[in-house]
Amino acid sequence: MSDRAEVGLLDYSRRLPVRLVLLVVLLFLYLPLAVLVLFSFNDSRRTTVWKGFTTEWYARLAGNAELILALANSLTIALVTTLIALLIGTLAAIGLWRFRFPGNGLVGSAFSLPIVVPEICMGVAFLIFFARVLRWPQGLGWPLDLGPIIIAHVAFCFPFVTVVVRARLASFNRDLEEAARDLGASPWRALFDVVLPHLKPSLVAGALLAFTLSLDDFVITFFTAGPDTVTFPVKVYSMVRFSVTPEVNAISTLLLLITVALTLVALRVQAVAGDLQPRPTA
Amino acid sequence: MKTIIEFRGITKRYGPVVAVDNVSLAIGEGEFFALLGPSGCGKTTLLRMLAGFEQPTRGQVLIDGEDYTRVPPNRRPVNMVFQSYAVFPHMTVAANIEYGLKMDGVARAERRDRAREALALVQLEGYDERMPDQLSGGQRQRVALARALVKRPRVVLLDEPLSALDAKLREELRFELSRLQDKVGITFVMVTHDQDEALALATRCAVMHKGSLVQVATPADLYEFPSSRLVADFIGSVNLFEGRVVEDHSDHALIDLPEIGIRAWLDHGTGASGTVQIWLAVRPEKMELHKRANGEAPPVMEGTPGGHNVVAGIITDIAYLGSESVYEVRTEAGKILRVIRPNLTRWDQEDFTWDEPVWLGWHAEAAAVLLQ
Repeated sequence: MSDRAEVGLLDYSRRLPVRLVLLVVLLFLYLPLAVLVLFSFNDSRRTTVWKGFTTEWYARLAGNAELILALANSLTIALVTTLIALLIGTLAAIGLWRFRFPGNGLVGSAFSLPIVVPEICMGVAFLIFFARVLRWPQGLGWPLDLGPIIIAHVAFCFPFVTVVVRARLASFNRDLEEAARDLGASPWRALFDVVLPHLKPSLVAGALLAFTLSLDDFVITFFTAGPDTVTFPVKVYSMVRFSVTPEVNAISTLLLLITVALTLVALRVQAVAGDLQPRPTA
Repeated sequence: MKTIIEFRGITKRYGPVVAVDNVSLAIGEGEFFALLGPSGCGKTTLLRMLAGFEQPTRGQVLIDGEDYTRVPPNRRPVNMVFQSYAVFPHMTVAANIEYGLKMDGVARAERRDRAREALALVQLEGYDERMPDQLSGGQRQRVALARALVKRPRVVLLDEPLSALDAKLREELRFELSRLQDKVGITFVMVTHDQDEALALATRCAVMHKGSLVQVATPADLYEFPSSRLVADFIGSVNLFEGRVVEDHSDHALIDLPEIGIRAWLDHGTGASGTVQIWLAVRPEKMELHKRANGEAPPVMEGTPGGHNVVAGIITDIAYLGSESVYEVRTEAGKILRVIRPNLTRWDQEDFTWDEPVWLGWHAEAAAVLLQ
């Protein structure tokens, strides 16, 4: 017998090669982002050579009305999309879980299909849909002119919510709902008092998914946006076509900050909700 | 005794499966009633129909003489303690107990008082602000019980109340449950597959099998006067013999037991006419074990004229259980019988051992005659 306990195959704290691989993977994941953030502080118009530190680009952002408008559009769309997708997605999940109707499995699959349908197909489909079936009136003004984009975003976001909520529902103890009913709660009351609290972590996760998916969607938005509505990814794309300015770096850094903050909040909420799960009896 | 619950001709079908088959049953006020049977016998379905979670395919459920068959669970004067306890994990103990009162629109101050009262009843004073995951299994069960009792229902339903607890705790809670029921005077209806639990707690039991009631009786009657082989076999352990009535008088009967090649003497008539096949059931603890030496006459069993109710055999196995020992004896005809002897002293004076020749017998009043 050796004195040291056996070193596990992937025990990276004690195996140098595994550590190196880990380092490479981390670099692969985060180096591009680090460069992006770094060059948002670069004192040069060109984005390839480091000249010195400046916050000029952040200051200039405040003056770029078009970019700000695009960001405002994106945030509005993401927020509205999240709310609607959360509602529809949760109801769909509960309906599929609760009721065993003929075709239940088929409807369930139909709800998850948009997740795997290529975005480009969805984009073209929506382009035709808004050209032929549902003509969105022009010149409605902000924010009504965002309607088509929001409709398209809800369509591809809510299936993600449904998937997450359904997974969580699978671990729900039906006795809890029956206990609430037994104690005098109506079906709706039981849903709100017992089922929804259990779903909370999945609602947070679903909302976060929907929000980020909507916020950075380019393909579908590109096809559904009218001539006067520009979202942030579309705007960045048009700016990059000429050259990537440090301004784009700066606003991307801000966006990164927002998403990281949101994720931290979500993780925190989930951790608290996780604490409330019953532990197995000793 | 006033009837509080009545099942009238209840049938429940799930597709082609008949879960409950034409059950009629009345439960009296203040009873601790047990629905007993193996899993899948329909006892839980019956309980859930009482709670309102299932509707019968046919028949009626009456509570206090009123038809509750189609009334949803939130409008029934019954409350249930679930097998999983179903304590709401995101609420404090106090919030759990007050939940039902809140649904009834009871004012906050009264809610708090009654919750505190209920907690005292189940001996959980001071646990108001605990979260369920800080409680042990036994404590959670008390919370579930308090949550049901606090609404002062007409009937409390218990679904396998003790099955999730370990043996020691189960025994404690068993006594506590019946003390509690005495104290609050509410009718309890319990579902269990555990015959010990039913015998210990219930004032009356219904034994169910394949969706039908087999026998409804007090625990003692179920054990001592089972109505069929099925009940005799399900409640406790039993030695069963096929038999034929040879003589039937008002004060005694003689039954031929071909399986062990002897005749049994009963101290009462059977009422079963001559050639009908019957079964004789003798509980293991009502059997006697005697040493057997070659050429010695068999012992005379109490209440018999001698030469009856005794069979020769050999001990094939002994299980020492502490408070008692179980002996397995093979008769000369090859039938295996069980005898239970209490260990009255710290060592066995007679010291029965493996492969020992013995006499096995029972009193004239020990056997039960079963017609089916």
